[in-house]
Amino acid sequence: MARTETLSLGRRIANHLATALTLLSAILVIAPLVAIFGYLLYKGFGSINLQFLTNTPRPVGEAGGGMANAIVGSLVILAIGSVIGVPLGIGAGIYMSEYGKDRYSTVVRFTADVLNGVPSIVIGIAAYSLVVLRQGHFSAFAGGVALGIMMVPTIARTTEEMLLMVPHSIREAALGLGIPQWRSVLSIALRTARAGVITGVMLAFARVAGETAPLLFTAFGNQYWNLNPNQPTAALPLQIYVYAISPFDEWHRQAWAGALILIILIIVAVTVVRIATRQGSYAQSR
Amino acid sequence: MGVGIDVKNLNAWFGKFHALQDIQMKIEPGKATAIIGPSGCGKSTYVRCLNRMHETLPDARVEGDVKVGDLDVYGEGTAAVDVRRRIGMVFQRPNPFPTMTVYGNVASGLKLNGFRNRAELDEVVERSLKLAALWEEVKDILKKKSGASLSGGQQQRLCIARALAVEPEVLVMDEPASALDPISTGKIEELIFQLKEKYTVVIVTHNMQQAARVADFTGFFLMGKLVEFDKTEKIFTNPSDKRTEDYVTGRFG
Repeated sequence: MARTETLSLGRRIANHLATALTLLSAILVIAPLVAIFGYLLYKGFGSINLQFLTNTPRPVGEAGGGMANAIVGSLVILAIGSVIGVPLGIGAGIYMSEYGKDRYSTVVRFTADVLNGVPSIVIGIAAYSLVVLRQGHFSAFAGGVALGIMMVPTIARTTEEMLLMVPHSIREAALGLGIPQWRSVLSIALRTARAGVITGVMLAFARVAGETAPLLFTAFGNQYWNLNPNQPTAALPLQIYVYAISPFDEWHRQAWAGALILIILIIVAVTVVRIATRQGSYAQSR
Repeated sequence: MGVGIDVKNLNAWFGKFHALQDIQMKIEPGKATAIIGPSGCGKSTYVRCLNRMHETLPDARVEGDVKVGDLDVYGEGTAAVDVRRRIGMVFQRPNPFPTMTVYGNVASGLKLNGFRNRAELDEVVERSLKLAALWEEVKDILKKKSGASLSGGQQQRLCIARALAVEPEVLVMDEPASALDPISTGKIEELIFQLKEKYTVVIVTHNMQQAARVADFTGFFLMGKLVEFDKTEKIFTNPSDKRTEDYVTGRFG
């Protein structure tokens, strides 16, 4: 620490000021999340009980009831969305970074960026005309299609960026061993970029998990149990939306509780994936 | 052991730049051949043409005839991946796969080509690491440590082991010791000496002493042309071409 004393006063002030500014920025970034989560806990925690987690909604006027069907419905729709969105997104990312080093890649990249900016309700309408109109009814599947489409651009772009960061020397090593390109992309480049790709997937997942608008004309919502993905299905954001704009205090309380459950579900999902995928990654542990 | 390489009328380009011009070279089987020359003379490009790595770069083009043993490298029905499996390559900077263990790195060439027999993989990994003189140093951390956690010199020997595990007939090394300290360099040179008993070794080097120490034959490249190719002794003591003499005696530009 002897060296610090020899530094001029100006340098030390600048140092502390810069450190303080970065700390302040960090706090400002975290503050909204802490505030929202705190407020949700305050408003919603009291309404969470076993009944809320295991029962379906009751008609207005009857006390009790819960959002079990919406919790399960959300999980089903998100699972369908991920099954559609994750492979498509990763595939498009691989194409842009590894194969389409021509104008097609630019087209795909531009489309992905535009798609990322399309309002979610428009994507809901697209899924409505693609799936609902053809099938003639609302369904969890239609909701999953809408969310899957929304996941694609984020996943595709992060996958691309992360793959481009894999050093050329590592790709050459794979080529030099006579490993076919597809194999080298999947087992070497993608594996090296894994942590970043997973972050992209988690960002996309967390984003669509809270989406309401694209589900309005697709999953539609349901007051009863439904596990058939081909039928209208309840989802937490939809249920929260309906309850929050209703005039009943009991429903308002349940909406707060539902919002709290939704945010906990997202945190749990992200944490579980992070822990599950951490093992075996030597890049981080070295 | 190993097979010979016969290069005829080899030309290579980067875009419009004519990087290699009419190269003819007969590389003897089971010997070490050094490729020397100043930076930018086409040494690396030349060895990368032997195993079809040159064409993987953007705008790169090759013409000519390369035979490795009975394999027609640029023949109609020859797949680049097959060529690369028969001609192992070691690069200037150690490039182990960072997400794989020491074991995984050595096994990668076989595993990613669909080889699944575990007992045999274990054997190949041990044999390759022994050949690369790395076994003693890593035998206890095979599946515990990442290939990238080794020291630079160890990483380069790991890369050699990785190349040997695919059982190539030729081993091409592109300045394998230029990023290493003298002790690691010494180990690599010792290794080349042993490897040439089993493989045909082609080594690109900046270091003329290194060429003189390890190689039986030496080729001198200058501005995309092969100026002289002969026994190492002849190149360093009694070269036929004035330019070779200037270069090996250090009087060159």
